[in-house]
Amino acid sequence: MFRPTKGGGASAWLSAGEVTLLRTLVVPVMELLNDPARPAPPPPLAVAEDGPTASDDLFADLEKMFNEAAAEPPEMPDDPVLARLLPDAYQDDPEAAGEFRKYTESSLREAKKYFAQALLETLPPKGGRVKLTADQARDWLRALNDVRLMFGVRLEVTEDFEDQLTSLDPKDPRLAAFEVYGWLGAVQESLVRAIAG
Amino acid sequence: MSVAPAEVDLPRSADEVTPEKPWLTLVWNDPINLMSYVTYVFEHVFGYPRPKAEKLMLDVHHKGKAVVASGTRESMERNVEVLHGYGLWATVRQDT
Repeated sequence: MFRPTKGGGASAWLSAGEVTLLRTLVVPVMELLNDPARPAPPPPLAVAEDGPTASDDLFADLEKMFNEAAAEPPEMPDDPVLARLLPDAYQDDPEAAGEFRKYTESSLREAKKYFAQALLETLPPKGGRVKLTADQARDWLRALNDVRLMFGVRLEVTEDFEDQLTSLDPKDPRLAAFEVYGWLGAVQESLVRAIAG
Repeated sequence: MSVAPAEVDLPRSADEVTPEKPWLTLVWNDPINLMSYVTYVFEHVFGYPRPKAEKLMLDVHHKGKAVVASGTRESMERNVEVLHGYGLWATVRQDT
């Protein structure tokens, strides 16, 4: 997990499997954020061919889960993940909310894709030490948070996440996703503590 | 070329001008964002000292929402845009 470095950055050692997992999780967020009004560029990075050996089923499940999500038309009110990533700025004023969205949504999508891309570009391709400057750490925090929002909304997590996890049937197909969500939280928590002191 | 108006508009008297109520940035509780992360965002985005950032985070957590800044509508909208970039659930409204 992350530790602080001189100059306000952070560093951590990631296994090849963890790198592959992060890439597998971040790419769908970027795809989800592609503006339907604009043609989507090809995914920036393919999933590494030498992925983890033990968790192939997990990846297959996750990919299925996110591909299904990405295939839906990303209309704001209809897709709960997008609605959470790009929320209304006015709660009881649809006109003001629409006006705000008109001028800011596109740049918010681009910003979020930029944070995700920054995370992908700083991953050591085959695992190893990741060293982040303070700015890169901030990009990582935001990218990790968007992935956690996507998971959290899809899994309908509550404040009692630990209870949800322990009460799941061991055969529940969502178990792996819940565990990944918990792992993402631990990574983000360690990065916050590393740079916030 | 224009001609100076024959009559100059008189400055409005003070009681004609309704002082505009300030605008607020609200952050809403959600079960996903980490408490440490939300505190960090308040410190970093608003420059609040740790105790103030933590108090606001706990207000959000326990009361469901908190006013984290007030000022002009434009600056509150800018706050919300930045907070959405961090994944916080933020909204703007005018003070009542």
